[in-house]
Amino acid sequence: MMRKFTQKKNAQKKPYYTDRFWVAPQVPKEEVSSDEIFAKDLEELKSNFDIKDAYIQRGQLVVYIGANENVEVLTFLKHKLEYNFLSELSAIDWLEKSGEFEIFYQLLSTSKRKRIRIKFFIKQNREIRTVSNIYKSADWGEREMYDMFGVIITGHHYMKRILMPEDWYDHPLKKSYPLHGDEEASWYEIDKIFGKEYRDIIGPENRDSSRVDENDTYNFSRIHHEVPFGEKPSSEIVETDYQEDGGVFLVKSLKKADSVTLKERP
Amino acid sequence: MQKVNRLQPFFENLAFEREDDTMIINFGPQHPSSHGQLRLILELDGELVTKAVPDIGYLHRGMEKMAENMIYNEFLPTTDRMDYIAATSNNYGFAHAVEKLLDLEIPRRAQTIRMMLLELNRIISHLFWLATHALDVGAMTIFLYAFREREYAMDLMEDYCGARLTHSAVRIGGVPLDLPQNWITKLSKFIDKLPSDIADYEGLLDQNRIWKMRLEGVGVITPEMAQSWGCSGPSLRGSGIAWDIRKEEPYELYDEVDFDVPVSTTCDSYGRYKLHMEEMRQSIRIIRQVIAMYYETEPEIMAHAPQYISAPKEQIMTQNYSLMQHFVLVTQGMRPPVGEVYVATESPKGELGFYINSQGGAYPYRLKLRAPSFWHTSLLQELLPGHYLADVVTIIGNLNIVFGEIDR
Repeated sequence: MMRKFTQKKNAQKKPYYTDRFWVAPQVPKEEVSSDEIFAKDLEELKSNFDIKDAYIQRGQLVVYIGANENVEVLTFLKHKLEYNFLSELSAIDWLEKSGEFEIFYQLLSTSKRKRIRIKFFIKQNREIRTVSNIYKSADWGEREMYDMFGVIITGHHYMKRILMPEDWYDHPLKKSYPLHGDEEASWYEIDKIFGKEYRDIIGPENRDSSRVDENDTYNFSRIHHEVPFGEKPSSEIVETDYQEDGGVFLVKSLKKADSVTLKERP
Repeated sequence: MQKVNRLQPFFENLAFEREDDTMIINFGPQHPSSHGQLRLILELDGELVTKAVPDIGYLHRGMEKMAENMIYNEFLPTTDRMDYIAATSNNYGFAHAVEKLLDLEIPRRAQTIRMMLLELNRIISHLFWLATHALDVGAMTIFLYAFREREYAMDLMEDYCGARLTHSAVRIGGVPLDLPQNWITKLSKFIDKLPSDIADYEGLLDQNRIWKMRLEGVGVITPEMAQSWGCSGPSLRGSGIAWDIRKEEPYELYDEVDFDVPVSTTCDSYGRYKLHMEEMRQSIRIIRQVIAMYYETEPEIMAHAPQYISAPKEQIMTQNYSLMQHFVLVTQGMRPPVGEVYVATESPKGELGFYINSQGGAYPYRLKLRAPSFWHTSLLQELLPGHYLADVVTIIGNLNIVFGEIDR
């Protein structure tokens, strides 16, 4: 018997129906010369660095640079071209397609009122240099990028995971990481609290503390199928009168004639 | 430091006996003034903070991962859970980003409704900020007053969309409903009364000696710091930089309404308090103008784009082709064109950005949420050292951070 093929590099959800002949339209890419400010910025960049590609998409300039020039380009953009904010940086996983990560830096210039995106590709296990000395906002941005994708950054003053626990296995935003976590993730709490040797003792059915088992009469009772504590579950319907003897105390003292209905909140 | 030993209790909150006589304490993650699950590892010399290391991730739900496994419309209610104090601004930020990707034109009525909701959410968020911040600093009266007014604003939200906290009041392509009857009357009544309430708060706080002592000169963010750490919203304008995305990169009808961008040059917590107060007044001003604009609009509330947006309900119920198209959009989801956008909007906390990379599929290939609080929290490591322990509470409260959007 053959095992079913599963895609290892992309464990994400697939749409259950895809049209084989569907040709996706493109968001138009405009020439950089169509915008005066961007054209000038790009010219300055081109005279100093090796620019691989540049275009304007939805009003923002996108520039592809070389992976080893990120620090120089961002320094230049901040000090010479007045891009004073690094709003966002992160990575995109293209490991399935080309074994690469695409890194992007989203910059903003408040004086020019322009946003620009600097991008480049790196191979999976290659390091990039930190830009947190230029923009301090990159401090946490890069930590998150490392945490989520495993992109290694050199020169950062505190390169630790930020959102996931420090001893977490793998990087959850990679496409190879399933949405519901991997094997390590499902045992994480057991390993952490009791130790790996307890995996067998506790078993997969008990590892989730929020699991609700309808046959468990120690901790839960099924409505209309209540049995005494710890006894076997039964399928017979039990008639239970939930009202206490003599009715509920608070309701008894309410006199309908004396109550007032407010038209609106005072 | 004590070693964390499993199965054995340890005093996790204190570590003494360091060589330099400093003390390490854990502030949070279960501290009422940490405004969520913020763990702050502070090194103290006496009561002076010498080092601060914010530790986050306690509320991490992997929203970006979830987004990659959902169709676009499915993800919209998830955005409610980012900044849950002002949920509509997240809904809008996401919807607006997708609309930009699709290049949709939104009907004018939907735009006016959206603006009313957005500004109402700004008021709700600022009232909540004032209430909790003042409570942290010790002014309990304000907490009760501000929550009362916030309650009225939330009633308005409830009237519109049925929810008080997780609104999902915006859809990709417009809004789901027109305004209910008398809603505008109620809204007008609310915004007519609010200025006098704001004056009340100011009467209690502006010249209050304790309030001023706790806030003035505390948490000074210099303009250089604000730029370098990627501050936005009131934290940026509190540093004297007049940058409001509503003004600089107007979306919806913000270029048609008249409002000021308040700026504070004192750079301290007190200046940011004044700023929040003024921003509420400006929101009221915007709502007033938008109400007048609402009446002049056509009744359409959803964009017409059969490829991406379902037809109105009457049409779905009566026309076969609309029903088929609706069925495809619900079961398979819309497929935006291949491309990427980064769209920033001015949420009550600051610049809320959505980066969407679409590869033409029904699920976004990559979706990055740029939540303002995340960057404001990272600033704490530079802002806190040099302050006293009691000021830590003031600064955290003043920065208006919400953990739903920090951890996402």
